[in-house]
Amino acid sequence: MADVIKKATREGYGEALAEMAAECSRLVVLDADLSKSTKTGSFLKVCPERFINCGIAEGNMMSVAAGLATTGLVPFASSFAMFAAGRAFEQVRNSIGYPHLNVKIGATHAGISVGEDGATHQCNEDIALMRTIPGMTIINPADFLEAKAAVRAAYEYEGPVYLRFGRLAVPVFSDKAGYRFEIGKGAVLREGKDVTIAATGLPVPFALEAAKLLEKEGIDARVLNIHTIKPLDEELILAAAAETGAIVTAEEHSIIGGLGAAVCETVCAACPVPVVRVGVNDVYGVSGPAEELLKIYGLTAENIAEKAKQALSLKK
Amino acid sequence: MTREEKKALAAFAARVRIGAIEGVYHAKSGHPGGSLSIADLLAVLYTQEMNIDPQNPRMEERDRFVLSKGHCAPAYYAALANRGFFPGEELKKLRQVGSFLQGHPDMKGIPGVDMSSGSLGQGISAACGIAKAALLTGKSYRVYTILGDGELEEGQVWEAAMFAGFQKLHNLCVIVDNNGLQIDGDIDTVCSPNPIDRKFEAFGFNVLNIHAHDFESIAAAFTLARAEKEKPTAIIAHSVKGKGVSFMENEAGWHGSAPNEEQYRRAMQELTEALQRCENE
Repeated sequence: MADVIKKATREGYGEALAEMAAECSRLVVLDADLSKSTKTGSFLKVCPERFINCGIAEGNMMSVAAGLATTGLVPFASSFAMFAAGRAFEQVRNSIGYPHLNVKIGATHAGISVGEDGATHQCNEDIALMRTIPGMTIINPADFLEAKAAVRAAYEYEGPVYLRFGRLAVPVFSDKAGYRFEIGKGAVLREGKDVTIAATGLPVPFALEAAKLLEKEGIDARVLNIHTIKPLDEELILAAAAETGAIVTAEEHSIIGGLGAAVCETVCAACPVPVVRVGVNDVYGVSGPAEELLKIYGLTAENIAEKAKQALSLKK
Repeated sequence: MTREEKKALAAFAARVRIGAIEGVYHAKSGHPGGSLSIADLLAVLYTQEMNIDPQNPRMEERDRFVLSKGHCAPAYYAALANRGFFPGEELKKLRQVGSFLQGHPDMKGIPGVDMSSGSLGQGISAACGIAKAALLTGKSYRVYTILGDGELEEGQVWEAAMFAGFQKLHNLCVIVDNNGLQIDGDIDTVCSPNPIDRKFEAFGFNVLNIHAHDFESIAAAFTLARAEKEKPTAIIAHSVKGKGVSFMENEAGWHGSAPNEEQYRRAMQELTEALQRCENE
């Protein structure tokens, strides 16, 4: 992927918000003193009158967003995933989730690829936390274009949405012209019949590379981009389970409670097949350059290919 | 305020107290102490101060109310029922399976409830959001929220106070039910939030100290709050926990326990007599 343009998904968040400012009159953007990092600063530049800086007070921000939503406005409340889903979990649960208010949570700097800031800021638990909230939609875009499309889709959708973005610049692989984004509908990036790699977010391009590695060994891997983790595209997952008989999941998140868990829960109940999970293996991160950390924590094409073979070997 | 107005307010407040005790007794659970201490505040809000229409509970221009101390829902529900948002007989189904009267306010199912609440500290933030929305969209409605004094120990209250002061939410009226008691006892022995008025002043509020059981004092405070065009207002309403039921007054133990049958009869007798007094006067 030498010539591929790289852009962080958070850039897509900021750019989409800024583009939507003029046409989406109900859009309000909130931040907690991180507008330069979350990229909501792009919205602030074009629409300062509908930008609310709540200061470093994420709990208050989530409940303020809930209040705004009761009046028909569509707030996007932004912070790092650690604080949006972690610190403010209970505000999200009780102020936003329970009344099913139309609040969008823009959580950036998710996962291990936060890099140098280290474990305190590397949120590998947010998907797990958000999944437990009834009625919460969770979208984890894999590239800049998908991120932009997800922001628009979230605005048009009525109900709470957790949008997960990364700090690291990652390859832009979505085809701009032909790309269609639909909440709850996964995409088949590559057909295959031996094993399925279901990936979400940052490791999606690694999954495609892994499929190429497997191809060299005569293994035909299907690759799915599961951008919406809740509601999960169960039809797509179960078809993959039935047709390929083994699944490996890949996510920049704990192997507990994320995509891997969601896939396990789904196939266990309807079409049990071996599922091997690639993700952060129930440990905290450490400081270091993102690219190095991804290798340390097994988020590589090589490791995904290895785990795919493991899943394959478990096939009856 | 005329004698007739006062009588009407006293009767409404008595009905709120009766409805709250009915609900808690039949549920065998709930929070009578703080419900009784806010009854007079609710009477002024729901019969005089707020622009609301029970026939059109989602009216866009309505004033909003958020019960940040959501556990005092028994009094809130009684106020809504007595104002005509739903039938009074529903109050006896409080906290029971099949009833829309959840243990804490639920905006999805209860006519007249503008925001779900119950987890302390969150209601005032939501009220800030609603007030900010009015300023953003050029609406003239006002937003009222009642907090407990124990609730002030939640850090989120002060995040919200900082926000309200900084954003100059002059359409926001925060009312602190300052009855001095929380579950574990006197607020000054648990983890004192005092001095309450000076804290809100420091956060940029217009602060008014009032007597929470004096209708003229309450109404005058709301008038002053409405006249304030710069700052949010905090009304520190000095109240008596359990007000109106002699054996519940100033007893922290009545924060979250239901009366038994004998206590229920005594409470109802006292409250019914109070209601009759204002009706016969």
